[in-house]
Amino acid sequence: MQCKRRAFRLSKLLTFHKISKGFSGVQALQDVSFSVSGGSVHGLCGENGAGKSTLLKTLSGVHQPDTGYLEIDGKKCQFRSALDALNGGVAVIYQELNLVSEMSIAENVWLGHFSTKGPFVDFKELERKTRESLKQVGLDVDPSTKLGSLSIGQKQMVEIAKALTRNAQVIAFDEPTSSLSAREVETLFGLIHELRGRGLAILYVSHRMDEITSLCDACTVLRDGKHIETFESMKGVDAGMIVNRMVGRELAAAMTDSGRDVGQDLLELRNVTGPGLVDPVSLTVKEGEIVGIFGLIGAGRTELLKAIYLGTAGQVLIGKETVPRKGAVSSIKSGLVLCPEDRKHEAIVPMLGVGENLNISIRRTLAKLGFWIAYGAEKENAVSFVEKLRIKTASLQTPISNLSGGNQQKVILARWLSERIKVVLLDEPTRGIDVGSKAEIYAIVRDLAKKGIGVLFVSSELPEILALSDRVFVMCEGRVVGSMPTKEATESKLLSLALPKGGAA
Amino acid sequence: MNVKQFLAQSGMLLVFVVVVIAAYIIAPQFMSKDNMISLGLQVSSIGVVSCTMLFCLAAGDFDLSVGSTFALGGMVGVTIGNSTGSLLFGALGAIATGAVVGLINGVVVAKFKINALITTLATMQIVRGLTNILGHGTPQTAAKPGFDFLGNQAYLSIPLPIWIMILSFIVFGVLLNRTVFGRNTLAIGGNKEAALLAGIQVDRTKIAIFALSGMAAAFSGIVAASRLVVASNNAGEKLELQAISACVLGGVSLSGGIGTMSGTVVGVLIMGIVENVMRLKSIDAFYQLVVTGTILLLAVLFDKVKLKLLKSS
Repeated sequence: MQCKRRAFRLSKLLTFHKISKGFSGVQALQDVSFSVSGGSVHGLCGENGAGKSTLLKTLSGVHQPDTGYLEIDGKKCQFRSALDALNGGVAVIYQELNLVSEMSIAENVWLGHFSTKGPFVDFKELERKTRESLKQVGLDVDPSTKLGSLSIGQKQMVEIAKALTRNAQVIAFDEPTSSLSAREVETLFGLIHELRGRGLAILYVSHRMDEITSLCDACTVLRDGKHIETFESMKGVDAGMIVNRMVGRELAAAMTDSGRDVGQDLLELRNVTGPGLVDPVSLTVKEGEIVGIFGLIGAGRTELLKAIYLGTAGQVLIGKETVPRKGAVSSIKSGLVLCPEDRKHEAIVPMLGVGENLNISIRRTLAKLGFWIAYGAEKENAVSFVEKLRIKTASLQTPISNLSGGNQQKVILARWLSERIKVVLLDEPTRGIDVGSKAEIYAIVRDLAKKGIGVLFVSSELPEILALSDRVFVMCEGRVVGSMPTKEATESKLLSLALPKGGAA
Repeated sequence: MNVKQFLAQSGMLLVFVVVVIAAYIIAPQFMSKDNMISLGLQVSSIGVVSCTMLFCLAAGDFDLSVGSTFALGGMVGVTIGNSTGSLLFGALGAIATGAVVGLINGVVVAKFKINALITTLATMQIVRGLTNILGHGTPQTAAKPGFDFLGNQAYLSIPLPIWIMILSFIVFGVLLNRTVFGRNTLAIGGNKEAALLAGIQVDRTKIAIFALSGMAAAFSGIVAASRLVVASNNAGEKLELQAISACVLGGVSLSGGIGTMSGTVVGVLIMGIVENVMRLKSIDAFYQLVVTGTILLLAVLFDKVKLKLLKSS
């Protein structure tokens, strides 16, 4: 077995050949080439927006590369659909699993390939076969169980079992551990080792450096859609080296701050609470202060910002004046605004133009007699912000969905900068944004603070918290569990506070 | 602007021109003044109702109750007209009735978060039932003289219903393009979450849209009743589907966020012209259904192609 594994390890089972892919103006991938050997786990690292997901989607047939091609087991492949990729021996296990929760495990595993007896589905045979494949992934559950009743870890196992029944040679994982418990992670790693032992090529996407260094045999780093480096062996490679390649050194300078003076208390929360929050939150943000909130996914950070902006429980004061807690309109009137985390679903109106998106809130104020649109004033406002924030767009009429993530975010920021704001809440302000725009967004946020605006922002990226904030609060499982001036904070201090007690993430 | 963009942006207009030319070739009497007026009268109800349907669709909703509200508007108008002798009271009563139906639709959809399709499917039946109850299940004739004013009066030899339709096109077009209410409507249909977080009063806007829809349908109903001097309990059947068809034909997106008044006007006219020409040629009504259905299907397919063209350019 050991010998066989070596033989597998030598062959290049999966090769990306100069893959390029662009989306309306954004080059998501540019000439990406590297190979993954059979019988190995190959890590894929990069910041958000580096092109990892797009690469996985070209692998799974969701996207077709503009140029370049895939090679699997020496054969050139062109996957036109997810089905093509499955038939070609590729399975991609996404963060959001593609399973039907109302159907049984057996039906899910064999979806599209049901055993039949005449015109009828042969459930007995289906469940027998499923029991076998579940055994292979070490999942001890009755195949007739409804999928919805399984834990996320178990669902992942079902997805892997499904991949195995289709004779997948290549299995790609997209951040598989992001919502797993420590025990489930262990089980998953055990299974991945076993799959590697069978000679499969595993592509493993993760943000967690410890996973990459401990689990992977090789590792590729992408940045801004370009291939930066492939470490063919992980000997002597540590997290620092990988992060260095991911970020690029030139960024370090743009990320640092000259510091600002902070003034009086500006935003004051008194016992603010809402869905997803366990304990009421009380905190203050001073004029010109940037306060960060760090926590893992599900710690209640987004929920806190939503509770401040839209909630009704507890008191919110801005400069000693109580904000009437009657939803978005009253918050905006008091000078309190929110840039949501999920840009696509909560911030942009995709088919409307840049100008429309930018003016969506201020137009109430600009409008003549309160209802008649002041197109001139709106245009002036939009043009000035497009210039000031250097928003890259062909015109104000260009649908905002054609812009890159960074430019979309700038439009959303401009939407709020148009208003007379006092406090801005930012939820993951640089999620899915390329490194260059990231630095620009940081500069905009610092500029706001210099003008005396209070900034409360949420981030799950430690470097971002450390680079941007003056003070940081840490949340865990719906509670604020600690706070400190950023000067005194280190990555390990914050992380150890953020991790749930009684079990590591 | 390249050819692709031109085709994509003014494609429906081209289709319209082609339809008009084809109509003229098939039936030369199509262009006569008499026929133009009869075409106008024929689409006058659909035209008005399509205006507010455009708002419903643009906001990502539906209003299936407009056909029934149209009938109830006529019935209420005639009933009030007969008992008071005043067309004005009749018309005001009809509009008020439409407003009530629309408000109920709007509140249920916006506040109780019930799917608009289900909500208006229910009110469609309720309102049709009420119309029959009020009219004792039969058409009601307007007994008082002067009741036909709204329907048969003409200015510049164009009947009032056509003027009313033209006025609706203008008013609702301005409402959509030039007012905060109109732009908010498109924003809500484009992304409700984003609109909410941007401080748009989503619920209030939706309720207003449904109220407008109810009022327009009921008013349109009294105009039609005035023209025929009778309120039919079966009036306005399938009117909701015709209005939706006209909007979709005019490029309004069923998932919300996209829609123009010019497109809607073109949609209404194309539907009307096709019916009109087939009537001129005395083609059986059953064939008309096949043709209008086919046109609708082609329009939707064209829309898909259009999006692709726009994306690739």
